[in-house]
Amino acid sequence: MALIIVYPVLYTGWMSLQEWYASSVTLPKFIALANYQHLAFADPRFREAFFRTLYFAALVVSGEAVLGVAMALLFNREFWGRGLVRTLSILPMVATPTAIALIFVMMYHPTLGVMNYLVTRVGVGPLKWTYSSHTALYALALVDVWEWTPLVMLIALAGLAALPREPYESAVIDGASGPTILWHITLPLLRPILIVAVLFRAIDAIKTFDIIFIMTQGGPSNASETINLLLFNQAFSYFNIGYASSMAVALFAIVMGASLILMKVRRTEW
Amino acid sequence: MVAGVAVAALGPKKRRITDVLRTAGYYALVCLAMLPTVFVFYWMVTLSLKTQVEAAGYPPHFFRFAVTFKNYAEVFQKNPFVLYVWNSSVVAAGSTALGLIVGLPAAFSIARWRQQGLALTVLVARIIPGISYLIPWYILFRHLHLVDTYPALILTHLVVSLPLIIWVLIGFFEDVPEELEHAALIDGCSYYSAFWRIALPLVRPGIVAAAILSFIFSWNNFLFSVILAGRHTRTLPIAVFNMISYEEISWGPLAAAATMITLPVIILTLIVQRHIVSGLTFGAVKR
Repeated sequence: MALIIVYPVLYTGWMSLQEWYASSVTLPKFIALANYQHLAFADPRFREAFFRTLYFAALVVSGEAVLGVAMALLFNREFWGRGLVRTLSILPMVATPTAIALIFVMMYHPTLGVMNYLVTRVGVGPLKWTYSSHTALYALALVDVWEWTPLVMLIALAGLAALPREPYESAVIDGASGPTILWHITLPLLRPILIVAVLFRAIDAIKTFDIIFIMTQGGPSNASETINLLLFNQAFSYFNIGYASSMAVALFAIVMGASLILMKVRRTEW
Repeated sequence: MVAGVAVAALGPKKRRITDVLRTAGYYALVCLAMLPTVFVFYWMVTLSLKTQVEAAGYPPHFFRFAVTFKNYAEVFQKNPFVLYVWNSSVVAAGSTALGLIVGLPAAFSIARWRQQGLALTVLVARIIPGISYLIPWYILFRHLHLVDTYPALILTHLVVSLPLIIWVLIGFFEDVPEELEHAALIDGCSYYSAFWRIALPLVRPGIVAAAILSFIFSWNNFLFSVILAGRHTRTLPIAVFNMISYEEISWGPLAAAATMITLPVIILTLIVQRHIVSGLTFGAVKR
């Protein structure tokens, strides 16, 4: 436990205070907080990646929350094939991300891909998907939404199954309409468990790596470079270990900050 | 409610027609909602069964195409695919076994004695971005000449498997009545054997679920293996990723490889689907 979890955390913290290239023969040099200073004030690429990461996370989490809840409401009744729907919904989350990314690479191909065929049939596009710096981030977000909407849906379904009956009975007696019941009873009651879902999705969305690395490697021209991708390159292409470590600490702080905000919201709203 | 009153006023026959239409509309919506999920998998499998010409045909062939298994044969001919399958299996099984050895007692003590500190550690381990582990590991394992070995991969995949295992098992241990262990203790059992002989057999289904989940997520792992696996220990996701770079247009074999990585995962998923959500949400949602 200590070796695989505690040691790396301490080591990363320590290395973030050093200047060191793993490829060189010179030893690490202690430079205190200079890496962080550079990160915060002198690295436009990091700043862009920072906002891009938050934007990407906000995009996918809100998409997944809306679609997931909508699907949960749709599936929240007994119908023939409910078990099959549940099983199918799980598959995107467990399928190997590399395989998923690969299939989307082929589907997004600008001239031969099936996605362009489908969108032109409904009168949109052809689009360049991951091949243009304008659309790459959205194309990647779409893959993430495809993959993780089912998680929000399944969590919301569990929440719906646990809802109390009484508020609904009195609402019906009072003559409330379907949309009113949904908006004023179901969604507020669902809120605590939805915050759990959003929390887990936000943590993982900020850390998204596989799909971006496989499909665009952060490109075209950095258009999909999130902190994780930038950090990976700093560490394992340039072997700029000290600076990369300071980014790792920053990334951890962002994930931690997002979790704390969401947990605080959950506590006060519950 | 209002719609219901209107339908009732239409008389029994018309009402039946409206009901049928409404049910049909509902199932159409269900199908529409599931379409994207099904389509991607359908496309993966059909691409793997198409010839080169048909895979790259435009407009795409959705249903009518000649089925061929040449793509699968090509994957095995051009790559040491069996080695990759073996590597992935060894790493996933190894980290799962190790994860169970560490995770079972940990989950038991969290469930029984409310070890908040331990629980928090596991949660934080899950929250920390994988890449912040990777830099220190890389330097450490390079120092120890362990890059491109099974131990390095198995140890690092523990970060994926251990939280999953612990969180799934806490739920199972909490369902074991504590009185059973008390009775065993009164009868002269030690704590250790109360755990070993009473609690453990009762959570056997949980162990299976946790083991399968851990196996799946280790099998899927990309980030750790891309750096720490080398020529000898390359796992499937990395091997398939490497196939992209110089085979950009030969989609058939790529789709075949993707299908073959995904297939074991899907089979395993069918066994443990009830526990996947609780595993992914740290027991926040039990189902």
